[in-house]
Amino acid sequence: MRSQDSDALPISIRGVTKTYGAVHALDDVSLEVKSGEFITLLGPSGSGKTTLLMVIAGFTRPDCGSLKFGEREVIRTPPHLRDLGMTFQSYALFPHMSVAGNVAYPLKLRKLQKAEIAERVEKALETVQLGGYGDRRITQLSGGQKQRVALARSIVFEPRILLMDEPLSALDKKLRDQMQIELRHLHEKLGMTTVYVTHDQREALTMSDRIAVVNKGRIMQLASPRELYERPANRFVADFIGDSTFLPVERSGEQVSYGGMPLKFVQAPPDTPTLALMVRPERIVLSSEGPREGANNFAATAVEVVYQGDSYLLHARLDDGTLIALRGGVRGASLSALPNVGDKVTLTLAPEDTVLIDGSEA
Amino acid sequence: MQATPANASGLRVDEKLERMKLFGLSSPALLLVLVILVIPVGWLFYVSFLGGNGQFSLENYQRMVERSSYMRIFRTTFEVSLVTTGLCILIGYPLAYFLSQIPPRIANLCMITVLLPFWTSLLVRTYAWLVLLQKQGLINEWAMALGLWDEPIKMVHNMTGTLIGMVHIMLPFLILPVYGSMKAVDRDYVKAAANLGASPRRAFWDVFFPLTMPGLFAGTLMVFILCLGFFVTPAVLGGGKVIMVSMKIVSNIELFVSWGAASALGVVLLALTFAILWVASRFLKLDQIAGGGH
Repeated sequence: MRSQDSDALPISIRGVTKTYGAVHALDDVSLEVKSGEFITLLGPSGSGKTTLLMVIAGFTRPDCGSLKFGEREVIRTPPHLRDLGMTFQSYALFPHMSVAGNVAYPLKLRKLQKAEIAERVEKALETVQLGGYGDRRITQLSGGQKQRVALARSIVFEPRILLMDEPLSALDKKLRDQMQIELRHLHEKLGMTTVYVTHDQREALTMSDRIAVVNKGRIMQLASPRELYERPANRFVADFIGDSTFLPVERSGEQVSYGGMPLKFVQAPPDTPTLALMVRPERIVLSSEGPREGANNFAATAVEVVYQGDSYLLHARLDDGTLIALRGGVRGASLSALPNVGDKVTLTLAPEDTVLIDGSEA
Repeated sequence: MQATPANASGLRVDEKLERMKLFGLSSPALLLVLVILVIPVGWLFYVSFLGGNGQFSLENYQRMVERSSYMRIFRTTFEVSLVTTGLCILIGYPLAYFLSQIPPRIANLCMITVLLPFWTSLLVRTYAWLVLLQKQGLINEWAMALGLWDEPIKMVHNMTGTLIGMVHIMLPFLILPVYGSMKAVDRDYVKAAANLGASPRRAFWDVFFPLTMPGLFAGTLMVFILCLGFFVTPAVLGGGKVIMVSMKIVSNIELFVSWGAASALGVVLLALTFAILWVASRFLKLDQIAGGGH
């Protein structure tokens, strides 16, 4: 199998629109996927992420738009001539064929010699750690094994583009975590351009080079996992990825203030009519010795304290009535220093963690 | 850990009681099968071995082997059944495929039109075909009015009429199981085949068709076996020219009052049907293994 990504293909999507009646499943979507990149389409169900994948695969015909694999325009190419690998949410393994039969099928269609087929099937099965499973029946496999066979079948003919439609959604959490890392390694090894669809934000953050957050048929933001999490472009992205509370802030010139208190921040706020302060539960800190110099301090009242094993969750009400969540570590003395319900507390936010985003509802 | 013996025996009693209740619930049905199936068929079997003088004799079976007319009747029966089954597959499979691919709401409407004749009396349907197909019938008159042919074509009281009527009556028996198995095929299978490089034709023959085989097999078997014992339609539309085993049984009783001969024919037909079922069940099992539990 391939070891470098020299023959992966970039994907260029331009102005793709698909409507079902009055509903815009895809609304003028453009996306450039670089050669060898692992990109994830992330969004709630019905957002259009699967429709976009189906357009790339050729199973959904858009109303208009352009789709290029490398230099080749493929928007009117039928699916069987697009030559890309795909794994389905349902795995779609043919139940009347053995494991080897399934993996060999794309090679048979490409009229390879019998000996070469056998060799490549075994190699593909070894790649997904299922060497020697060729004679098994599909019905004898566990969910995780089926997932691996589906993967082997989609890479055995060395496609230059791989599409994956929620491949891990049917697996239990432990197996899912393990498969995420394995898929990531496999991508590094094989290097094909990969478009991955999921509604699981953690999965997207773990695996992707870049993530496209999709909502209502549009791409809300396209960025690296870190940028997406720390600098979300709007409230939808901030809300969808991670937990956050939004506080209304006012801008006057260079200064941004919350409830009359000027905020200290590092990253310049976006140039939008309204702004909001995004507070992540794990970035805001409970201060035991009152307001801290050089940070933003918020006075609040503890409403609920929940012990969750690996961390604790504190809900506190700010003076303006906003409920804010704070997640803290349970290392050492911090657990015994937790406030009681009704206590006055001070929450502090470092300037580096003070993130101002577009305040309009997306 | 050790089992608690007291509980174990109590649970065993519960298990036994449950099994007895199940048996009690099914006993009326068992009784019914015994009275209306096992006893009459046993009696039929017995009568078929009685000669003209009331003594044990093989003459009823001998006659079947010796007289070529009987062989002809069996051959006709198999020919009619095979051709009817073949036509049902040729018409029914594509129709079921069409129904399985269109939106469910329209498919349900179409299904009703398939099933409507199924709920109409067999006699009514057969005589309706007689009306349609006869020399001065609708089809001949319209065809001549449209200039499709000049002379009325003889479409009833022969093999053509028999086959038209039988195919029409048998079609739902094929379409229903085939449609069911088609609906059970996940559309992702065909998509996956296409994605892997299979043209629509290849995807159909490599993936879709094999997965609908169990339904097609069940439908084919049902139609063929029903055809073997069919009476009304060939009797009415065949006009005495197409003689099947069931018709010979009737004439043996009505014309010749020979219960022995009629019973022997019935026994042979039953035995042939069982033989076919037995052979088919071996294939069906093989198929189920190949179909991965479908």
